[in-house]
Amino acid sequence: MDVSITVNGEQVSREIEPRQLLVHFIRETPGLTGTHWGCDTSNCGACVVLMDGAPVKSCTILAAMTEGHEIRTVESLEVDGQLDPVQMGFHETHALQCGFCTPGMLMTARALLDENPDPTDLEIRTAISGAICRCTGYKNIVSAVRWAAEYEAAAKQGV
Amino acid sequence: MQTPASFEYERATSVEGAIASLQRLGSEARIIAGGHSLLPMMKLRLANPEHLIDINDLTELSYIREEGDEVLIGALTRHVDLLKSELLFRHAPLFRDAEKVIADPVVRNRGTIGGSLCQADAAEDLSAVCSAVKAKVVIRGAGGERVVGMDEFHVGPYVTAVGDGELLTEVRIPLRQGGGSAHEKVERRAGDWAIAAASAAVWLDAGRIADSGIALSAVGLTTIQLSRAEELLFGKAPSDELYTQAGEIASADCSPSADGRGPIDYKRHLAGVLTKRALLRATARAIHQEV
Repeated sequence: MDVSITVNGEQVSREIEPRQLLVHFIRETPGLTGTHWGCDTSNCGACVVLMDGAPVKSCTILAAMTEGHEIRTVESLEVDGQLDPVQMGFHETHALQCGFCTPGMLMTARALLDENPDPTDLEIRTAISGAICRCTGYKNIVSAVRWAAEYEAAAKQGV
Repeated sequence: MQTPASFEYERATSVEGAIASLQRLGSEARIIAGGHSLLPMMKLRLANPEHLIDINDLTELSYIREEGDEVLIGALTRHVDLLKSELLFRHAPLFRDAEKVIADPVVRNRGTIGGSLCQADAAEDLSAVCSAVKAKVVIRGAGGERVVGMDEFHVGPYVTAVGDGELLTEVRIPLRQGGGSAHEKVERRAGDWAIAAASAAVWLDAGRIADSGIALSAVGLTTIQLSRAEELLFGKAPSDELYTQAGEIASADCSPSADGRGPIDYKRHLAGVLTKRALLRATARAIHQEV
């Protein structure tokens, strides 16, 4: 079947099998391999992308189901060499080691801050509870999201 | 790589169209909404539909509203909306108890109440929640609608009263005076299925239990309605001792199997403890001692 899916603002059209999962569509067709393909069972969160602004696990959505919707991947965070504040936060607080979970963590964090610009540590932990990191023990990831929230609050005030 | 076996895909543009497709394709067709139960089963070849009918565009099936003496929930209403609904929390707070611990927030952005009920996994929370509050579901087919109580909804493991050619369109929660409800669950880690879970609702009249609903998840082949415990409570004043007895019935009347989540005696123990806790909390809510 032919599908046309908006990925990071660009229309991607291709003939696919109906059974193709969104994670594979994203990685194969536009070649955006930033979205990681992890557990394949909607447990690990490495494949999280934004669908119409909400985080979703792309291993458990058919590509065909996303036609007509806006998909945003980790590649959209950096704009013209300027990192997104959540990326800066991960950099500043050493919130990754192997980096495999990072794309999903970043997109989950971005969606959280878009909805709740000043989350508590508990709200951050709840938001990332669908994403597994085997390296950091999560502490630095929570710090990174806090860092990004404070950076964005300061930027908004023009400090 | 886990990928489902091949199937034909179509996107429904109306409820009538979805039902017409279901009628035409018969038992080889399945509805897909959130897909977070069905797609994993298809990857494992535990479900092999030849046709998927995607109802995600049928936004007319996504709502939570009060109408007459019921709260009506559209089948396509997602977990995230059930969690956030103040209307639902006010009338049936056990929904929020359950939704806080169903999967994780990202999965809750996709999964729907209709999908959860129709999947009818014994470990799924909303079937017990709906059983406890004595919900009814609306099932639509080519010949019109029928309304089925939760006590008749579960036919067997993964099998419900929704037949070939039919679509579950709505869940109806009755609004009754003097009620309180709660859902209690123990899981190994955030997002996992329950080791055991209990839903309870009580309706008090002049300090006595005029009616109750108790149901268990994950400790049998289907959701278990604890009718023996409900009969025990009828007409009695709520007490710690009474609810301990209800918990003992829960431990006796469930039929868990041993697996990676725990042995049978542990699950029976949990069923009893969680039943008592859910009843105590439901009662506290009924008399407004806890929100």
